Amino acid sequence: MTIRDLILQQLANGLILGSFYSLVALGYSMVYGIIKLLNFAHGDIYMIGAFVGFAALSVISGFLGAGWLGILPAMACSMLAVGILGIVIQRIAYRPLLSAPRLSILISALGVSILLYNTVMAITDGEYMAFNVGLGWKGVSMGSVYITYTQIVLVSATAVLMIALYIFVHKTMYGKAMRAISIDHDACRLMGIDVNKVIALTFCIGSALAAAAGVMAGVYYGSIHFFMGFIIGLKAFTAAVIGGIGSIPGAMVGGIVLGMLEAFGTQLPFVGSEWKDVFAFAILILLLVFRPTGILGRTEIERM
Amino acid sequence: MDANPIATSPPENGKTKASARLPALLDLMGRRASRLIVYSLLFCAFMTIPAYANNYVLEVMSNVWFYVILALGLNIVVGYAGLLDLGYAAFFAVGAYTTGILTAKFGVNFWLTIPVAMFFSILAGVIIGGPTLRLRTDYLAIVTLGFGEITRIAARNLKISGGASGLIGIERPSFFGYELSQIVHYYYLFFFLSILAVFVSHRLQHSRLGRAWQYVREDEDAAEAMGIPTVGIKLYAYVIGAIFGGVAGCFFAAKMTAISPETFMFTQSVLILLAVVLGGMGKIPGVIVGAFALVLFPEVFRGIGSLRMLVFGVVLVIIIIYRPQGIWPDRRD
Repeated sequence: MTIRDLILQQLANGLILGSFYSLVALGYSMVYGIIKLLNFAHGDIYMIGAFVGFAALSVISGFLGAGWLGILPAMACSMLAVGILGIVIQRIAYRPLLSAPRLSILISALGVSILLYNTVMAITDGEYMAFNVGLGWKGVSMGSVYITYTQIVLVSATAVLMIALYIFVHKTMYGKAMRAISIDHDACRLMGIDVNKVIALTFCIGSALAAAAGVMAGVYYGSIHFFMGFIIGLKAFTAAVIGGIGSIPGAMVGGIVLGMLEAFGTQLPFVGSEWKDVFAFAILILLLVFRPTGILGRTEIERM
Repeated sequence: MDANPIATSPPENGKTKASARLPALLDLMGRRASRLIVYSLLFCAFMTIPAYANNYVLEVMSNVWFYVILALGLNIVVGYAGLLDLGYAAFFAVGAYTTGILTAKFGVNFWLTIPVAMFFSILAGVIIGGPTLRLRTDYLAIVTLGFGEITRIAARNLKISGGASGLIGIERPSFFGYELSQIVHYYYLFFFLSILAVFVSHRLQHSRLGRAWQYVREDEDAAEAMGIPTVGIKLYAYVIGAIFGGVAGCFFAAKMTAISPETFMFTQSVLILLAVVLGGMGKIPGVIVGAFALVLFPEVFRGIGSLRMLVFGVVLVIIIIYRPQGIWPDRRD
């Protein structure tokens, strides 16, 4: 394998990894942008998405098979169900605490996270579930670089979701309300915007995107597990910070950047794949020290 | 405030009434004297437990004291200074591994490993706290979480820490030539360490530093405006909390004689945090009650076994919504 092939192969790997990170990071960033909450439960939402998708697929594959024809409806089901779950969580665990000290709502989010993964652990007995999909390993090859059609479809699906989100946020009234709320809650309330409704919608969209990522990860890696959301939650947060937390394009860019960094970082002679998580966290810590606003983040001016 | 007394006074009255009954009663009986009596009774009760309890009870109780020490340490960070630390198990791991590696691989005397472990805990506290304490508390939460994972992954991947299977054959400490090998020894060891931890926490809380922490927790900007070096003060809280965790880790390693990276999972950090939040952040008796509740709950409800963390998640959300100040909260003026 030449250097050029190695770089191309890692670019492909980084891109697919980065797509998962981006989709999850979007939920973090949107929620943070709108209510300044780090939603610790977000990684678990992703995990729930994978499991709901798994359940939906095992039903749907009876009619439509386990190819893309079955996977896409399963993904839609999962996004819908998890989107609703996101609203419910927001309503029960976060809304009563919106005006409480920041620590309270963080702890509440932590409680939700514990509840979610332990529920799934209890249901699945902590076992890995095999995501049986009949996609095969067909693909295109360029030199010694091999890219499967699955990878291409997953990255395209991510791109479609992101474009849809971008259009929603910038071209619709709800998107405008969302952007307005992230600037000033009270002014929005005075302008007649139903702030709680928009917050609920933000949770819904963020959770649905995480669910999509969860189903994709299940399809791509072939197995799912109750603890799968923990590490990706951390990574997606890192991605959101890299891009500039609160910024939607930032989350997209940050996810891809982190995916690339990880794909290339593990190729370095002294960083084996068992250290790849450490590598990502080290990046996070360095970034928080030197550029806490991220690549595309705005500098916040704190007023008193 | 005075402009509208009708609107502001009723809820305040309602609040003080409920929580003032017990202290008022204590005042009536002579506060200090009654406290002293209660404390000595408790002390006698806990001292005499080994006289009639079996090994199971002793095991559970030494576990309780162990968590009391950890929770008091974390309470300095979360309760006093108001910083959310989600990687506290890392400091506990630093202490346990320092003792483990030094005694098992280099044959160092157990007691000599304690200062070394303290040094490494401080070092870890400064490395992780130094750069991140300038950030907002939610960033800190994630960074500490990441740090906890880094520590665990490092322990699992490094050769010196025994890899995934961990360390075995950690030396039992001896005390004036007398080897501490029975569970009853560790019961007393952890009990006395808890008392030491309570004493240190109490002195810290009422020191100049303790008041600075409280100020920073309540209003960081105002504290800074009053000339409190907020980053330095927070770093103190972080490092002192780290020392508590590190020392507790040393004794944990000695008691277990074997440690593995899986002991220091994220859930461990969460459990310690739960003890602090459940009991009431910032108040020593509250935190002790929290640690008791945390260890005894799964023992009493053995039947639900693996569901206990699930229940904890629910309890955490309910408590933070309906009783954010915990079971036995700090009375803040």
